[in-house]
Amino acid sequence: MSDDRKLTYAQAFNEAVSQMMEADPDVFCAGEDIGAFGGVFGTFAGLQAKFGERRVVDTPISEQAIVGLGVGASVTGLRPIVDLMFMDFICVAFDQIVNQAAKLKYMFGGDATLPMTITTAGGGGLSAAAQHSQSLEALLCHIPGLKVVMPSNPYDMKGLMISCIKENNPTVMIKHKRLLGMSAPVPTEAYGIPLGKGNIIRPGKDVTIVAYARMANEAISAAKELAEEGIDCEIIDPRTLQPLDTDLIIDSAKKTNRVVVAQEAVRFGGLGAEIASQIQELAFDYLDAPVSRIGAPFSPVPFSPALESHYIPDAKSIAKGVRDVMARR
Amino acid sequence: MDFSSAKQFDLHRRMVRIRLFEEAAGRLAEANKLPGFLHLYVGEEAVASGVCGALNDDDHITSTHRGHGHLVAKGGDFNRMMAELMGKSTGYCKGKGGSMHISDTSLGMLGANGIVGAGSPIAVGAAFANKYRGKGQVAVAFFGDGSTNIGAFHEAANMACALHLPIVFACENNEYGEFTPRDKTMAITDVVDRAAGYGMPGVIVDGMDVIAVHEAAVEAVERARQGGGPSMIEAKTYRFYNHHGVQNLGLKYRSDEEVAVWKLRDPIFTFEDRMIENGVATRANFDDIWAELRADIDTAIQFAEDSPYPTPDQITVNVYTSMTGAN
Ligand SMILES: Cc1ncc(C[n+]2csc(CCOP(=O)(O)OP(=O)(O)O)c2C)c(N)n1
Ligand SMILES: [Mg+2]
Repeated sequence: MSDDRKLTYAQAFNEAVSQMMEADPDVFCAGEDIGAFGGVFGTFAGLQAKFGERRVVDTPISEQAIVGLGVGASVTGLRPIVDLMFMDFICVAFDQIVNQAAKLKYMFGGDATLPMTITTAGGGGLSAAAQHSQSLEALLCHIPGLKVVMPSNPYDMKGLMISCIKENNPTVMIKHKRLLGMSAPVPTEAYGIPLGKGNIIRPGKDVTIVAYARMANEAISAAKELAEEGIDCEIIDPRTLQPLDTDLIIDSAKKTNRVVVAQEAVRFGGLGAEIASQIQELAFDYLDAPVSRIGAPFSPVPFSPALESHYIPDAKSIAKGVRDVMARR
Repeated sequence: MDFSSAKQFDLHRRMVRIRLFEEAAGRLAEANKLPGFLHLYVGEEAVASGVCGALNDDDHITSTHRGHGHLVAKGGDFNRMMAELMGKSTGYCKGKGGSMHISDTSLGMLGANGIVGAGSPIAVGAAFANKYRGKGQVAVAFFGDGSTNIGAFHEAANMACALHLPIVFACENNEYGEFTPRDKTMAITDVVDRAAGYGMPGVIVDGMDVIAVHEAAVEAVERARQGGGPSMIEAKTYRFYNHHGVQNLGLKYRSDEEVAVWKLRDPIFTFEDRMIENGVATRANFDDIWAELRADIDTAIQFAEDSPYPTPDQITVNVYTSMTGAN
């Protein structure tokens, strides 16, 4: 049946957008190369053919104006999906994201609603160097007024993207470039996954790994390896980083008493730091070891595969982190 | 303007160096020997060559994601370029930057750039420093048609004019930004129409004609050097390959016929024909030049392949400088 139908992560994104555009005539998309070309990652493929140039708009290379278009159109009643090709380009549009989209509602005393979704693609592993490989989610999660979503698989992608579009607040959907081709069963009907609800990807009793986006998949590989050593990992994928499903993480920490947080971003000041801090505040008495953080070194993303392959955390570095945490008595 | 035969050979040599470097990079990419994105400059050689041929060694340029041609034209070293494209430790950026960030500050080449439009404000800064020092150096911002739609370009152009800086804005209008034609993203045909809005003179030149580009560049660079302020040159040109990678035909956003028409205007071959016609050069001269430069490319590929990769301990090196500043 349709439940076995597989889609890639990119197709799951596309189907979510397509179904929501069918459902709501106020939903439209705008971004660079997303129209006739279907987006540089193919995530908007076929949408302009289906919905026309009125609703799938090729924009100039103008990131500030692209996000501004989303702000202005959403505050006046439409439901925009605006695309910033690479996550690194949020920096070009940062005023519109941080000072405008995130704040209008609050500054207007509630008298503004911005049902807009900013879509973008983050992450490294493609030798795309320092300006096309970053994981900047912590910058966004720090901003009150924004919601931030980072799916780790096709099923979550579709459900979360639908929820982003339905959401009445500015939301940033961060696709991971290295997951675009990942294939898995995805239901054909439209469904939502609530923003702010994490997922226990793998139940376990010895140690909790909190990991999102590509690192969630690396954690699954690490857990398989560790299972052979007799270490039973519980993996939590928060899926939404802002708001964060703190309850789910804390419950797991209280159960396993040991936690490793894995992120692809630079370790310093990242989501791992926030999560570790929440755990020590809310579950200190349950911990058998300090919460460990796996993340990238404090440097830009290097170009050479010889460097980048060591730079980006993977199953191996997560497994090592888990072993270190398990070794604490 | 009449240019000496030596100057003509100089411009020709710059173009052939770019062509050979890019074709070699394309072949290596096809063989999966180059990691990452590759934005080839083939077809646009006359622009970088004609402009850089008007610059001194201590003048500055900023570049784009399509930056190899600019570095070659400014005198870039094949060995270090090829090694960088392969991610080797002997490369220009020690393997940290790759194609999109290739740079040589000693040649005044302030980097290819992965962020569209980001080079122009940096050129303004270089021009400011050049004016500040008062030694007559100028800066050139190379930029694509598409990049003029980004805020950074507008701010840079306006500031350069407001501060009357010694700068040349050199637009490579190849009619596309990635996979979208210019007419979908701009309501004007000529980028140079924007120059007047900032208060700088602008000219359109045939970007497939190195002499035409060079003539305009000499005038604009001299204006800047003499304190006459910024100017803009719009070179109408075309990239023979896809936005990135090495495909040239069968692209869904432009027709093969269009590519064929532009290829008839190949900036190198048409210039060679003209030099022969004018009695400046013989076919044999060109055969020698191509052979000599081909050998340089072969050497560079060998050098790059023989070079070691950087070691993981280099990851956190060069994030900061360890020296302190100010006297
Ligand atoms: C700020 C920013 N937005 C988008 C991109 C993606 N991108 C890379 S090259 C390019 C097209 C640039 O067009 P143009 O300036 O005309 O240069 P060309 O590639 O034609 O030489 C785009 C959109 C980017 N690198 N940076
Ligand atoms: Mg262009």
